Amino acid sequence: MAHHSPGYHDHYVGPEPRSWWTRYVFCQDHKVIGIQYALTALFVGAVGMVLSWGMRLQLGFPGEFSFIDPSRYYQAVTQHGMIMVIYLLTAFLLGTFGNLLIPLMLGARDMAFPFVNMLSYWVYLLSVLVLLASFFVPGGPTGGGWTLYPPQTMLKGTPGSDLGIVLMLVSLILFIIGFTMGGLNYVTTVLQLRTKGMTLMRMPLAVWGIFVATILALLAFPALFVGCVMMLLDRLAGSSFFIPTIVQFGQLQPHEGGSPLLFQHLFWYFGHPEVYIVILPAMGVISEIIAVHARKPIFGYPMMVLSILVIGALSFVVWAHHMYTSGMNPYFGFLFAVTTLIVAIPSAVKVFNWVLTLWRGNIHLTTPMLFAIGFLNTFLIGGLTGLFLGNVVLDFPLQDTYFVVAHFHMVMGVAAIVAIFAGIYHWFPKVTGRMMNETQGKIHFWVTFVGTYAIFLPMHYIGLTGVPRRYYDFNNLQFVPESVHSLERFVTVVALIVGAAQLLFAYNLVHSIFWGKRSGQNPWQAATLEWVAPTPAPHGNWGAVPPPVVYRWPYDYSVPGEAEDFIPQTRPTLQTQAAGGGGGE
Amino acid sequence: MQALAVALTLVAMIVATIFLTVAKVWWFAPLASNWGSLDTLIVITFAVTGLALVGVNLFIAYSVYYHRARKGRKAVFFVDNPRLEWGLIAATTVGIVVLLGPGLYYYAQLLRPPQNHMVVEVLTQQWLWSYRYPGKDGILGPASIKRFTPANQFGLDTQAQASQDDVPVLGGPLTLPVGQPVLLRMRSNDVLHSFYVPQFRVKWDIVPGMVTELWFTPTKTGEFQVICAELCGVGHYSMVGKVVVMEPAAFQKWLSERPTVAQIFGPSPKAQR
Repeated sequence: MAHHSPGYHDHYVGPEPRSWWTRYVFCQDHKVIGIQYALTALFVGAVGMVLSWGMRLQLGFPGEFSFIDPSRYYQAVTQHGMIMVIYLLTAFLLGTFGNLLIPLMLGARDMAFPFVNMLSYWVYLLSVLVLLASFFVPGGPTGGGWTLYPPQTMLKGTPGSDLGIVLMLVSLILFIIGFTMGGLNYVTTVLQLRTKGMTLMRMPLAVWGIFVATILALLAFPALFVGCVMMLLDRLAGSSFFIPTIVQFGQLQPHEGGSPLLFQHLFWYFGHPEVYIVILPAMGVISEIIAVHARKPIFGYPMMVLSILVIGALSFVVWAHHMYTSGMNPYFGFLFAVTTLIVAIPSAVKVFNWVLTLWRGNIHLTTPMLFAIGFLNTFLIGGLTGLFLGNVVLDFPLQDTYFVVAHFHMVMGVAAIVAIFAGIYHWFPKVTGRMMNETQGKIHFWVTFVGTYAIFLPMHYIGLTGVPRRYYDFNNLQFVPESVHSLERFVTVVALIVGAAQLLFAYNLVHSIFWGKRSGQNPWQAATLEWVAPTPAPHGNWGAVPPPVVYRWPYDYSVPGEAEDFIPQTRPTLQTQAAGGGGGE
Repeated sequence: MQALAVALTLVAMIVATIFLTVAKVWWFAPLASNWGSLDTLIVITFAVTGLALVGVNLFIAYSVYYHRARKGRKAVFFVDNPRLEWGLIAATTVGIVVLLGPGLYYYAQLLRPPQNHMVVEVLTQQWLWSYRYPGKDGILGPASIKRFTPANQFGLDTQAQASQDDVPVLGGPLTLPVGQPVLLRMRSNDVLHSFYVPQFRVKWDIVPGMVTELWFTPTKTGEFQVICAELCGVGHYSMVGKVVVMEPAAFQKWLSERPTVAQIFGPSPKAQR
């Protein structure tokens, strides 16, 4: 049937909001919610970055900045980690890309439950406010490390053990509630609201990544949720889930029988999938950008989908590799080392397929593409150092040294943030109808990419010498060679330069919203559906016409015999034209 | 121009990585225990992962430069090549097996202390390393945190027979005979800590409410540092203790000069009988 009847996968999203409040603040439109997530996450990410400067100043120039005392240092370490992992990366990669891309890429008019979607953002904002409030309470925010390991986080001797930890836990609980509302939306929308012809195996990989990551998050966050509730009870109600009989500063504490390891299992049962919750959407975003800017179909699409699913499944059976040295039953190490290293196989498939997508392409080195190549590089090196740490016995010399810090910053810090930048530069014209400045974007890329490499590459080797992480200074450590101290100064200087480059990004972002070059509807000549919608997309995405019908996969680039080097998903194939149209189901 | 810059940057990064690895500017601290196997394994791991790092990055550099966008150029349309994909999966699997094989073999050794090991108890608290030697009978007397008093930080049962000749060393140093396998039985009075001597390679966390174990054989005499490797509060970075490895005879002399539990707390009535 050539005619597309309204009602088929075309759900009503209500009249366009008229007032300023319902349009920009309490708005149920997925695009506005995505932007709200983006602005909030970028703001809180900037806070996280400033905190890292505090740490770097102390490490590079120990004792020279008197306002960074040990308590403040540990608070900065803790809050930097928590903010970046949860409130920036998770919120941006799922909250922003999930909201902006899912409905537009699948040809839906909005999310399945727009009101719940709006609530999701507001609860997230509340969680951010509670987190930031902890900076202003007596004792300050918690300084127990972003892993919040009990019993230490709840005891005197750790900064923020009074109110800081309570607010941290409340904030996490709120975040999880907010995320669950958004996550249910993403999954339902992907499963229920795809437009006609948009079969699962015609979905762009960005949607696949977000979809699987959301399922992981829905299954993993509850473990953190109960962990937080139990710790709150320990802290406020005198229970002993995580606190055994202990003595502190000469006093026997009123607790008995709890298990600190129980929390670690709950934390990492969430915490490991969390790595993939962050990196799967990043992988999806990168897949889109590489295909579009190399003007070439993504190589091995079925294998790319399969590897996302396999990584997602495996992510639930590797969590204890964060706990090899924790004192858990050491025989678990055999099992978890095997499962952990197996994850390398689907991850390698993804890297190989991206690289083979570049090969013999027509590579346009636009700003998003540069960041995508940066992602390939940092994800690769971070993944490979994971083979050191995952191989249980090598974790014994390396755990809790700077090797670990370098590893996870490369693989889920830099790689994920670089993917976010790539995504922002790529989809900015879709959101605003204007381009970001390419020259500034390229400066931003080069300083960020080379800078983060200069920061984290040598850090691996510092870790090899045995320098432990989470040390306020290394003055007491005799085995640390003098050259490490010089290197720490170098790293601090580079970190400040990289930080300054982010200011350029912020300027570019704001300036381009108002004065950027007009982009037209499809500046990158991309084949996916979001570029078929008017730019910027109106409420309901597709205007008065029915949502587009999809006839082909999203990667028809440089098809032989075609005048253009891309074919939108909406163009009927020869077979469907011959058969009289209709989306291939 | 830009494509060349990207390609050259990637090559420069490869060169920097190879240089830092081969020149060993920063490397493991000089080995002082039996865990030289880890030094071997890390070299194997650097080799295997290095191959992937260099191979993939060079391929990216090549593609970015030679397949850059030019006027009139069109990308080559190919979507799939299952044979190539399965070949790459097989190659990756081989790499994984090469790493896991020796890795798991050495790990099994880490879990199996030799028969002739001596036992030393490690007791941690914020922010102090303490030790207890079992004395002549080779048995550590019973201890429980519930018996903790400021005078009895180990929570010892000072009346028990096995405790009498135990030698507690509050605040260290950890003194060990060279060449003798030692099994550490570790307890914490308050929060998580982690025993880590970089020259011995291994580390293990110390968890309140349970006993964790770690074994190694010191192979060099001299002074080392044990550092806490698990965040344990605001004094974490200052939780550094001394480790002294000496000749066995010197160790015996040192141990015999330390006061035993009986000498510290007075002999128990049972022991007098």
